[in-house]
Amino acid sequence: MSVPFLILAAITIAAAVAAMTLRKLVHCALALAVCLVGLAGLYLDLGAEFVGLAQVLVYVGAVVILIVFAILLTRSDEHQSHGSSRILSGVAVSACVFGVLAWAVVTSGTKESPNAMLPQGAMKQIGVALMQRYVLPLEIVGLLLTAALIGAVVIAMEEKQNTK
Amino acid sequence: MTPAVDQIFVNIKHWAVFHSPAAMRPAVSVLLSIVPILAVFPGLFAVTTVLERKGLARMQNRYGPNRVGPFGFLQPLADGLKSLTKEDIVPTGADRLTHFLAPLLLVMTAFLEYAVIPIGRNMTVANLDAGVVLFFAASAAMELSIFMAGWSSRNKYSMLGAMRAVAQMISYEAPLILSSIAVVMTAGSLSTVTIVEKQAGYWGVWPYHWYVFTPWGLAGFILFMICATAESNRSPFDLPEGESEIIAGYFTEYSGFKFALFFLGEYLGMFAISGLAITLFLGGWAAPLSFLTFIPSWIWFFAKLLALIAVFIWVRGTLPRLRMDQLMNFAWKFMLPMTLVVILSAGIWRFLPQGVARWLICAVPIAILYILLGRSLMGGRKLEKRTYRFAE
Repeated sequence: MSVPFLILAAITIAAAVAAMTLRKLVHCALALAVCLVGLAGLYLDLGAEFVGLAQVLVYVGAVVILIVFAILLTRSDEHQSHGSSRILSGVAVSACVFGVLAWAVVTSGTKESPNAMLPQGAMKQIGVALMQRYVLPLEIVGLLLTAALIGAVVIAMEEKQNTK
Repeated sequence: MTPAVDQIFVNIKHWAVFHSPAAMRPAVSVLLSIVPILAVFPGLFAVTTVLERKGLARMQNRYGPNRVGPFGFLQPLADGLKSLTKEDIVPTGADRLTHFLAPLLLVMTAFLEYAVIPIGRNMTVANLDAGVVLFFAASAAMELSIFMAGWSSRNKYSMLGAMRAVAQMISYEAPLILSSIAVVMTAGSLSTVTIVEKQAGYWGVWPYHWYVFTPWGLAGFILFMICATAESNRSPFDLPEGESEIIAGYFTEYSGFKFALFFLGEYLGMFAISGLAITLFLGGWAAPLSFLTFIPSWIWFFAKLLALIAVFIWVRGTLPRLRMDQLMNFAWKFMLPMTLVVILSAGIWRFLPQGVARWLICAVPIAILYILLGRSLMGGRKLEKRTYRFAE
């Protein structure tokens, strides 16, 4: 384990803990942004340039901003008490997600051949893979996202007509 | 071509790295790449503030700053001293840590953008494989810092300014990225250095391969510059800090040097995005005519940068501020379809043989969509000569 990895891991974990424990929701969102940047740093440390930068672009630039907007536009009371049943269900859900992810990582082929993933011209590889082998899943995801976008617009528009 | 002058900074750096102790070499190399950027661009910021104030003054029939130093050119020094000696006021209700971090994050991310911009031949801090993505990732982080500034001030005007800024920047980020995708597609690379290399070469004296000299490139460049104006929150897209409506927007509650940092960050962002426009469309550091290549590449970069800054100042002095609904309509109903058709046109361009026919075929879809969108968005309204009650 190299020094950059340890620093980045410490930042990521500390920010994740802060995102769960801080009192103000906006602080939690900002801590989440730090956590996501830390993850991006881990990707960069592994040599996955594009993945790391896209992580910042998508998560910090879009997802965190969206979360922050949602917090500001929807809630006026920032403090909310957490019941014990909520914490229990949260623990259960996160344990399930962790279990699934851990199972996926352990059973995937990367553990046996760590050298197969060395990034050689990673940008080009990603492009070729997306446009040739995975072109159908890519198109389906694109269609799905477009449908979601149009759906969101339609929902917003209906609201506007009702107020008229 | 005078390689000695052209490469003078590169050679100085190599010399300095070579003559430093072996253990220090990586640190020296990194420092010598970063420190010039930290020195040159804030210096350019100082010069630009004077040029901008004088340029705007000329357009508004007044003199502008002309008291401090020769022709008022020491004005930024006076401004800097003033902002350093002013009291730094933090509102009682403010979120102190976020309030403190926001201007720092803004300036940091603005400087980060310079990492991938080729300032001259062999003069790029980091030739990343995904350089363009780094640029957009850094500018995305900039939005978060603006939000932090607005939210932490606990002032409704700051909050409104931040909301406006973030909404505007997100809306214009989509066409900004899409219009650069056309270039990335044609160059076949996300590395800024490769994109500049692909635009090298002359046809006679003409820099034939610059992307701005293709129909999609010209349209893309104009769209890119409009989005760049919006991204750097400059007039006519300066709603986030509209003085007549919300005082100063997201930095209402900042004073002293933190205010100066916001000012600096904004201008640095403008220079960086102009630098990206130069890289993507205007051939980077290449000379605009083949017999002018004897002038060093970095001079050409800064000449193009100053030319774009002059356009920014000109536009600021000319156009009135948009309304929020006009801003959003313009982004989603005009800019986005236009950038999509620019990508389509760039794709067609890639597969047609050279010649006049290629130019025409690629220009036609852009022109058609432009006319259609223009007509439909006007909605049958007629533009007439405006009658003034008091001005005439």
